[in-house]
Amino acid sequence: MLFYLFAAVAVVASLLVIAQRNPIYSVLLLIASFGALSGLYVLLDAPFVAVIQIIVYAGAIMVLFLFVVMLLNAPHEETELDERVHPMMHPGAVRLGAALAVALVVELVWALTEGGGESGAFNSGAVSSVNAIGRLLFTEYAFPFEVTSILILVAMVGAVVIARREHP
Amino acid sequence: MTTLLIAQIGLTLLVFVLLLSSAAGMVYVERKVAALIQQRIGPYLVGPWGLLQPLADVVKLMFKEELRPRAADAFLFALAPIISATCAFAAFAVVPFGGDTTLFGLIPEGLRLQVADVNVAILVVFAIASMSVYGIVLAGWSSNSKYSLLGGLRSAAQMISYELSYGLALAGVLVIGNSLSLTDIVDRQAGTWLGFIPRWFVFIQPIGFLIYMTAGIAETNRAPFDFPEAEQELVAGYHTEYSSMSFAMFFLAEYINMVTVSAVATDLFLGGWHGPFLPESLGWVWFLIKVAAILFFYVWMRWTLPRYRYDQLMRFGWKVLLPIAVINLLVTAAGVIYFDVR
Repeated sequence: MLFYLFAAVAVVASLLVIAQRNPIYSVLLLIASFGALSGLYVLLDAPFVAVIQIIVYAGAIMVLFLFVVMLLNAPHEETELDERVHPMMHPGAVRLGAALAVALVVELVWALTEGGGESGAFNSGAVSSVNAIGRLLFTEYAFPFEVTSILILVAMVGAVVIARREHP
Repeated sequence: MTTLLIAQIGLTLLVFVLLLSSAAGMVYVERKVAALIQQRIGPYLVGPWGLLQPLADVVKLMFKEELRPRAADAFLFALAPIISATCAFAAFAVVPFGGDTTLFGLIPEGLRLQVADVNVAILVVFAIASMSVYGIVLAGWSSNSKYSLLGGLRSAAQMISYELSYGLALAGVLVIGNSLSLTDIVDRQAGTWLGFIPRWFVFIQPIGFLIYMTAGIAETNRAPFDFPEAEQELVAGYHTEYSSMSFAMFFLAEYINMVTVSAVATDLFLGGWHGPFLPESLGWVWFLIKVAAILFFYVWMRWTLPRYRYDQLMRFGWKVLLPIAVINLLVTAAGVIYFDVR
């Protein structure tokens, strides 16, 4: 019952994120969607993951999004007049987008019908505890974990380089 | 079962009322202490020693006109104070403030003085604190006024910067306590060393405590870090355009956040409800005394220290507080492994 509530909120909020013209509302709806996802984690007996979802995504990352949107202060996206000349409305771009969308839908259908057996591999009780997550992160998944940190470092250095280019 | 349920509901209501009245109490204490520090008398006309002053304030706020700038975003303008107040109340729900009680034998099992016992309690407090930023940021943006916007932006930047040090200061205690549950952490601080020093974590983590208190003041936007509402430069910051009860909501949220930060500090560093002389069932008295002491310290700080400059605040947060917090965590973790504290 609660699952359907959270799932519905997540799906509707995610759809509204792209349907909104006001970027501030898009950011807020994305936060609502993350909140609903966090509720789903609680239902899966993983309170730690749920709280981390709120702290990292809804708390830290979305505050930065909101910060940037507010600083740019773009009240509304460009309306119909500009849409025809917008680079994203170029026929080539539209065709590529359509092809990607079809591929995504096919993959989703395939995943739902064929590849459903994997999810039972984790014993949710063992994985959800902080101890278990920490142990897995530093043993089995140590390499991807460290690579992710390097990726973030590279992104940070890149951002600094781009920001500094104007005045060397 | 039913008596336990009724007791639980009663406890929830009690916490709600206590938080409300603690905010009212803080308004009075703030005015009285400010007056003492500035050699004035403070409120003295309404009720004995001016004790009913907060009530008069509330009545005044309720009868004021609710104003909204024409260019404001109506929905978000109304939503922002609700987010602030809700987050303030919600955060306290996972904070334990006493040991098990049977209400003088009225209920069969012991009832823990805590609204919701979550095993990742400390992270929940942290998560809700990070959500409460939105109340302030949205208030600043939706008012469509430059002072509000500047206040909101400052607040977002300040909270993001100090949340890191805040979290790292907590991590030191979590490593020693070996748990994310506030109840477990408090229980590890029971007893004494050498018979007279209480086993409070503040004695093992003095630097962590200082970092926590500093970052806590910044998180609750109190002086000397009250940039979101620096009145000399920003009129009133993010709540410039608010009036009447929606203004009161922000005020309420600020005071309740102070209470929550103090209560968490008491649980993490000052041994929670453990203390000498009193039986375990009256532990909440110790808890109240400790929280009151920290709150007094807050008020004292506000009327003693001048406000920093904004760039000083940012430099202090990122270049002083954060490195110290990281080193503190490293040393703590090394110590825990070396001495095998577990």
